[in-house]
Amino acid sequence: MMKNINVKGLMATVVGATMLVAASNANAADSTAMHPERNEYTSAGIFGKWDIPSLQRGFQVYQEVCAACHSMDLVAFRTLSDIGYNEDEIKAIAIEYEYETIDGDGEETFRPGIPADYFPAPFANEAAARSANNGALPPDFSTLVKAREHLGFFSSTYGEDYIVALMTGYEEDVPASAPEGFELPEGSYYNHYFEGNAIAMAPPLFDEMVEYADGTPATMHQMAYDVANFMAWASDPTMQERKQMGLKVMLFMFFFVILLYFTNKRVWAKVKKGEDIDPSKI
Amino acid sequence: MASDKKFEPTNPTVKWVEDRLPMMGLIYSSLGAGYNAPRNLNYWWNFGSLALFMLVVQIVTGIILVMHYVPHVDMAFDSVQHIRRDVNYGWLVQAVHANGASMFFIVVYIHILRGFYFGSYKAPREILWFLGIIIYLLMMATGFMGYVLPWGQMSFWGAKVITSLFGAFDFVPFIGDGIVEWLWGGFAVGQPTLNRFFSLHYLLPFVLVGVVILHVWALHIPGSTNPLGIDAKGPYDKIPFHPYYTAKDAFGLGVFIIFFAGFVFYIPDFLGHPDNYIKANPLVTPAHIVPEWYYLPFYAILRAIPNELIGVVAMFASILILFAMPWLDGSRIRSMRFRPLSQFFFWIFVVNGLFLGFLGQKAPDDILLASFDVTDFSRVSLTYYFGYFLVVMPLVSRMETTKPIPTSIAAAVLEANKKG
Repeated sequence: MMKNINVKGLMATVVGATMLVAASNANAADSTAMHPERNEYTSAGIFGKWDIPSLQRGFQVYQEVCAACHSMDLVAFRTLSDIGYNEDEIKAIAIEYEYETIDGDGEETFRPGIPADYFPAPFANEAAARSANNGALPPDFSTLVKAREHLGFFSSTYGEDYIVALMTGYEEDVPASAPEGFELPEGSYYNHYFEGNAIAMAPPLFDEMVEYADGTPATMHQMAYDVANFMAWASDPTMQERKQMGLKVMLFMFFFVILLYFTNKRVWAKVKKGEDIDPSKI
Repeated sequence: MASDKKFEPTNPTVKWVEDRLPMMGLIYSSLGAGYNAPRNLNYWWNFGSLALFMLVVQIVTGIILVMHYVPHVDMAFDSVQHIRRDVNYGWLVQAVHANGASMFFIVVYIHILRGFYFGSYKAPREILWFLGIIIYLLMMATGFMGYVLPWGQMSFWGAKVITSLFGAFDFVPFIGDGIVEWLWGGFAVGQPTLNRFFSLHYLLPFVLVGVVILHVWALHIPGSTNPLGIDAKGPYDKIPFHPYYTAKDAFGLGVFIIFFAGFVFYIPDFLGHPDNYIKANPLVTPAHIVPEWYYLPFYAILRAIPNELIGVVAMFASILILFAMPWLDGSRIRSMRFRPLSQFFFWIFVVNGLFLGFLGQKAPDDILLASFDVTDFSRVSLTYYFGYFLVVMPLVSRMETTKPIPTSIAAAVLEANKKG
């Protein structure tokens, strides 16, 4: 009888889960954006690790291209040690930036950056950013990959994939596949992956735009991939530590649960079968 | 076999303390070898202790988070990021707390449905049941306010939508007028709102602890129900909680922790909304405002009704109706094992509840099938939700032919053993 009930419970759960699965694919219906392709990342999966060379290249793209418009307020230079830079290298990176300060005489002056500083924003405030960008606000990079990640049971959009797709998804002219009645507003560009398809950001990456320090050919797709990797790290810098601890926790728990299972079985051995029951007394 | 053991310490120091404050004896006789529970509890009975575990986890992680969190509209979002980036193991504590809320609700939903199925709300456990509903309501309030604290887009807009619901009561003289402004502490969701939500989010869990103590107290008067739903009377019907159920709960807890850890370490954002990684912006409304998954069925009920006031009332009624269950269900048999028809409608109720949750996540005018949209389905679904309580339960429980029930728990154990 008990088995019977558990099977029904299981069935109900499966039916319910299936419906939730359908729910997680929700945004498809009224979206005009294409679903980004899945790329390969060393950071994916339960053993995921950062792809250090790619992160460093992505950092270079960020510095040389993206940082002209996009801030990254929550990332400090000191944390670049995560992506393989040593103390001296970090000092050298930080010193390239200038920060406004007030000196001992009360005069406004500039000081060089130190590892404890955060990446400076390219614009003084939102109004300045908008006025320089045709009214649009370039989003901050600190959590952007996470903010674009839609996880579901069957179909997910990963933040990195979205970034790569967006960087490489521009069309010079409005294509035939555009939504019916689509008109590109003045100062906007057509992008397959952007919701609404009209994006204020001009195509940001071109082949050979940067010269990679490690000699990797800087194709548009390569740069998009690298900067997406870098942004993924900026959004979730503890990913690697998290997954590594997760593995230890899981291994320990699986072993421990087996012990608990047999302990429980042993404790219940007699009682389960009712061997303690005196049939004349019930 | 049940034991009537009392806590009798042999250690003189423990005895000295126990004679003056018999606290260890209290624990011994409520969660130890001094408490006797029916011998036939199955794994559905693990979820009570799991809920207690989750409450403790949430309080402990919450207290640590508060040491680093800043309840200010300009700093809350960044302070959560600071916890995840700079605080030692802050990412772990934050992920446990954020996912812990969902785990708490999963466990509690199963615990509640266990109560439905095995008739745990029926005499003499009505007050135990009421306290459980109060715990659930407090959890809903606490969870909602906690979700606002990171001050992301969904935090802000969720707060705005849910608090605005109280605007439906604006016809009430004297209080109705400004009730939403009163909740906000201003003319918009802002600093006072965040601060009071923070204050209450810290307070309510301790209120919860109080009600949980009452819940456990009320449990110990009649004792646990059991899958057969018959009273445990004979000497062989019960066994001491410790070591039997402590061992069983420990095993269940281990399995649950693996499930929980899977979310925390591998998919910490699966149950959250990506928009909450965007700082709250009162000027930009997200395309779809959805509450956390555990409120979705009630959100679907709210939206299905065109009249705002009736919608809000229906949403609250959908939970408050649980208070009437001991009387809506007129069956003299507790467990649905012996009530096949009730069992059938119960499982439809479960699936229907999940379906309502699915509908709550969709946009109201999404077309699901042929020309029927989410609102149409929500209306059918909510009709069954209330129909289950108001029509099915009173009628079926009083009219159905039940199966024969065993004479005692011990007899049922021997019977099952004979069959192998």
